[in-house]
Amino acid sequence: MSRLIIEASTPLCLLQDAGRFGVRHLGVTQGGALDWVSMSWANWLLDNALDAPVVEITLGGFTVQAEDYCLLALAGADLGAYIDERAISPGRSFILQKGQRLRFTQPFNGARAYLAAPGGFDAPPVLGSCATVVRESLGGVDGFGKALAEGARLSYSGTGGAMKVLANPDLPSAASLDVIIGAQIGQFSGQSLFDAFNTEWALDSRADRMGMRLLGTPLHYQGPSLISEGIPLGAIQVPPDGQPIVLLNDRQTIGGYPRLGALTPLSLARLAQCLPGATLKLAPMMQPGAHAQHLRFLAQYANP
Amino acid sequence: MKPRIEVVAIDCLMVRLFEVIAEANMPWMLAATQRLRAGFGPALVDLVPSYTTLMVHYDLTALTPAQARELIDQALTDLQPQAQGSGQCHVLPVWYDLSVGPELILLAQRSGLAVDEVIRRHSAHEYQVFALGFAPGFAFMGLVDEILATPRLDTPRKRVAAGSVGIAERQTAAYPVVSPGGWNLIGRTPAKLFDRERDGYSLMQPGDTVRFEAVDHAEFIHLGGDDTPLEAQA
Repeated sequence: MSRLIIEASTPLCLLQDAGRFGVRHLGVTQGGALDWVSMSWANWLLDNALDAPVVEITLGGFTVQAEDYCLLALAGADLGAYIDERAISPGRSFILQKGQRLRFTQPFNGARAYLAAPGGFDAPPVLGSCATVVRESLGGVDGFGKALAEGARLSYSGTGGAMKVLANPDLPSAASLDVIIGAQIGQFSGQSLFDAFNTEWALDSRADRMGMRLLGTPLHYQGPSLISEGIPLGAIQVPPDGQPIVLLNDRQTIGGYPRLGALTPLSLARLAQCLPGATLKLAPMMQPGAHAQHLRFLAQYANP
Repeated sequence: MKPRIEVVAIDCLMVRLFEVIAEANMPWMLAATQRLRAGFGPALVDLVPSYTTLMVHYDLTALTPAQARELIDQALTDLQPQAQGSGQCHVLPVWYDLSVGPELILLAQRSGLAVDEVIRRHSAHEYQVFALGFAPGFAFMGLVDEILATPRLDTPRKRVAAGSVGIAERQTAAYPVVSPGGWNLIGRTPAKLFDRERDGYSLMQPGDTVRFEAVDHAEFIHLGGDDTPLEAQA
């Protein structure tokens, strides 16, 4: 077993995997890495299962010291990471010798970095997943939903892994996000449908793992009030103020605001790397095209 | 009944069975749930029931959207309502008291009933569990006697104690864990509503029925209840 001790952390540094499934009908949220693409690459770099438990570091402020020789991998945002005094860029596996420190300072490109270890970091699966959901007291290193805290330890037991580098570690542009149109989209005004897909949206600072608010021309829903129904990942709901909210991994399981549809998973991964103030456009997409695009993307992990 | 199927995400389809909330929906919802679980088998990731809808989340590496639609169509062909009593029936003990259920007064004032009569009416009905949401194990139940229907508080409480039993419009629920909340509180149950160690995790499942049973303070404590008054916990 190899271990790391956490010397600095924030409430935004969390153990995550792909999330909790098969329990949504009990009111249990999904959780899981917001940028699942970067989580998958971090695991790919070590020949792990793509959904093995990783550390999601949002914005920086995270430092670990190796208590043993450790093989690790980093993907996703450039959060100004250093091994002792030497800068390390994302998109590679690397060695941390006993006593060496890995620290994340501040965001230079993107918002979320993913740190992986051989076989995944050790954590007890709770309701089938290690994903940390603080609000539900589920997951994480202790199983009770705590964020990673100073003084706690991370360990892994896997012995495999490889020294690999991603050919293209850059984050894709988030200037345009694909929306699978559906749900109540037919009951928004014609002008609102035009505005939704032809005007710019700015990412509000009111953003967390439950949802991100988009600021722009208010959208008008003209249909009847809704009875609460299941909410999928990436759903774009429009509350009465007309400012859309993209619902993310820690969203509530049912809700009653009208929706335009849902972002594609690939677009959600790009959105997860945006900081407040970022501007973006929404582009309509049909479900079959999005499905084909998604399968093509997944094939890359088998043959990058 | 002709359910509608709507696209809601890359791997989710909404099956819309009804337009209004009614207890009579439940036998149909249960039958559809059972058929869909059997029809999709391991390709089903999640099935999220709510009052009038079932959201089918399927494995997009196993099925195309067209195949998923076809499976839903097949599963719902010649659907028959499930016999009553197929869900479990739970009895939840409740200590109805002003110290843990301060809106008993408000409900009595609004309805013109005595507090005891408010309690009697709340505990007289066998409620349907329409959906779980808001928090793990939080069951939306109904329908509450029309005379007790009361809108949510204008300002939600920052902290509602675990076990608190409340009313919002014609729905009733119990809070599984401490959380913020805007429901009108009328009492507290000692029942453990969500338990990660229990098979099935949640005490109540969609389609179950629930009856509330008034217990006195001694019985509430005996059953493991926490009688800390609401204000003291703020």
